[in-house]
Amino acid sequence: MPHKQAAETTRQDLAAPLGMSRTHQVVMLLLVALVIAAPFALYPLFVAKLLCFALFALSLNLMLGNLGLLSFGHAAYFGLSSYAAAHAAKIWGFTPEVAILFGVLVALSLGAVIGALAVRRKGIYFAMVTLAFAQMVYFFSLQAPFTGGEDGIQRVPRGELFGLFSLRDDRALYALVGVVFIAGVLALYRITYSPFGQILRAIRDNEARAVSLGYRVNGYKWLAFVLGAGFAGLAGAMKAIAFQLASLTDVYWGMSGEVVLMALIGGMGTFFGPVVGAGLVVWMQNELAGFGAWVTIIQGMVFMLCILAFREGILGTVRQLIGRKL
Amino acid sequence: MLIFGIPIQLFSTQIMLGLINGAFYALLSLGLAIIFGLLNIVNFAHGAFYMLGAFAALLLLEHLGINYWVALAVVPLGIGLLGCVIERFILRWIYDLDHLYGMILTFGMGLVIVGIFRNLYGATGLAYSMPAGLQGGYNLGFMYLPASRAFVIVASVLVCLATWIAIEKTRMGSWLRAATEKPQLTEAFGINVPLLVTLTYGFGVALAAFAGVLAAPIFSVNPTMGSDLIIVVFAVVVIGGMGSISGAILTGFMLGLVEGLTKVFWPQASSTVIFVIMAIVLLVRPAGLFGKQA
Repeated sequence: MPHKQAAETTRQDLAAPLGMSRTHQVVMLLLVALVIAAPFALYPLFVAKLLCFALFALSLNLMLGNLGLLSFGHAAYFGLSSYAAAHAAKIWGFTPEVAILFGVLVALSLGAVIGALAVRRKGIYFAMVTLAFAQMVYFFSLQAPFTGGEDGIQRVPRGELFGLFSLRDDRALYALVGVVFIAGVLALYRITYSPFGQILRAIRDNEARAVSLGYRVNGYKWLAFVLGAGFAGLAGAMKAIAFQLASLTDVYWGMSGEVVLMALIGGMGTFFGPVVGAGLVVWMQNELAGFGAWVTIIQGMVFMLCILAFREGILGTVRQLIGRKL
Repeated sequence: MLIFGIPIQLFSTQIMLGLINGAFYALLSLGLAIIFGLLNIVNFAHGAFYMLGAFAALLLLEHLGINYWVALAVVPLGIGLLGCVIERFILRWIYDLDHLYGMILTFGMGLVIVGIFRNLYGATGLAYSMPAGLQGGYNLGFMYLPASRAFVIVASVLVCLATWIAIEKTRMGSWLRAATEKPQLTEAFGINVPLLVTLTYGFGVALAAFAGVLAAPIFSVNPTMGSDLIIVVFAVVVIGGMGSISGAILTGFMLGLVEGLTKVFWPQASSTVIFVIMAIVLLVRPAGLFGKQA
């Protein structure tokens, strides 16, 4: 049983809560504290946006960090799910939690189809295939009647959570986003450091050996892809409800590029890196909002600098300095 | 006259428009294939160089009065040189890394180039006045063929063919093929592979710039003209497989044609048909139509 073997190597880690190392426990507590404290210091909606993107970036890193496969069209799941959730909440009058679940379901289904095709190629082709399919989703969103074309779906009602708690107040909304974010982080963490995650890293490091050990490699890749798409969908649906808007920007390749940048700046080889990267990119966009195309130029430069001189990213560099897994 | 219940004019016009798209797919995927073969980099900035070619032609005409025909020669040369400089000073640092890094690096490069032009010229399109020699057209009886469009197809076919001959039939091309297969061994035979790499990148970029000049009179010239195109070209490259030069050319024209035909029978699907074909190819022949099975 290959599973058993993988499980044994992680038994030590699994003894701790959620299998967390001491450093990770500290970082996780810090993160929870930050999520609780942030809305008192910053504008809650801004932090909510940041958390949505942080979850989006983490979902990309599930594949990138563990399998070394870059889903270069990750905006497709984020964007389509945000359309689905917005449509469900506005037209069908679903309560927010059901609308978000519906968005996640749509993202999972899309991920299941595209993933099944994409895992047939590796490396650079994988990136091109996912990007091309995402562009197809973009063209679809451009033409489909329910997406509202260039206008998007506007004035999406936030509604009442479980039909009970109104989310109209920004603080109530933030509470929901904060809780979902933390739950998402914990779930992704659990997946990453589970036997399943171990197998993903084994496939990344030596695919031929993983095959010879009897693992159905493409099946594992597919499942990781679907999970990644699902969490991207969760982030997108939540963003649609929080900002009451689903638009073409969310499915465009520019968004796919941004989320890659977040993972890259934060550190692709680390678990928490994408959160830091998302914070930095969202903050940068906020600061540069008035400068138009300069945002793109600066983002492009940051991309190039990261690749040329800063490939480990922020947390990757910190990890090297303190000598602990992050 | 009707073909499958469709007026022959409409039918042949869409085929021609499809072939024009195919002409651009072929030129761009050919450049990508050559660059990938030797550098192992998927040049995401390819769409930006295509846009740069169109803008260069436009600016040369507006400010220096240099006409289309001269631009067809000068612009690819200039932008090819720019490509050589970029290879020498930027790309050279990442050859030892995972191929993904090259793709992300050139993605960033594309963002910078497009961003600069959006700052300078905004997002709206500029028009390049039709050169004198390309005005008018030919009445073929079943359709009207504008000279400008016919020229794009002919020019693309000729350049693709010349590139194929240069790579498959000349001494220089044999070096390129050798260096693509076994760079170290080729270097041991006294061939300057680093120089070859620089020139190859420059040449691939020049092909994109040439396509850009061709596009200037028939499409609107705007900073993002290459950004969406290049993603479709990626799909073309996945369908064809990057292993073969002639494969890249054939796949490019073929898919343009298929797109044109789709526009006749089911216009709404024309923007997505290439991606659907990509899905089918991934199912049936994952390595691509002309690719070697990995």
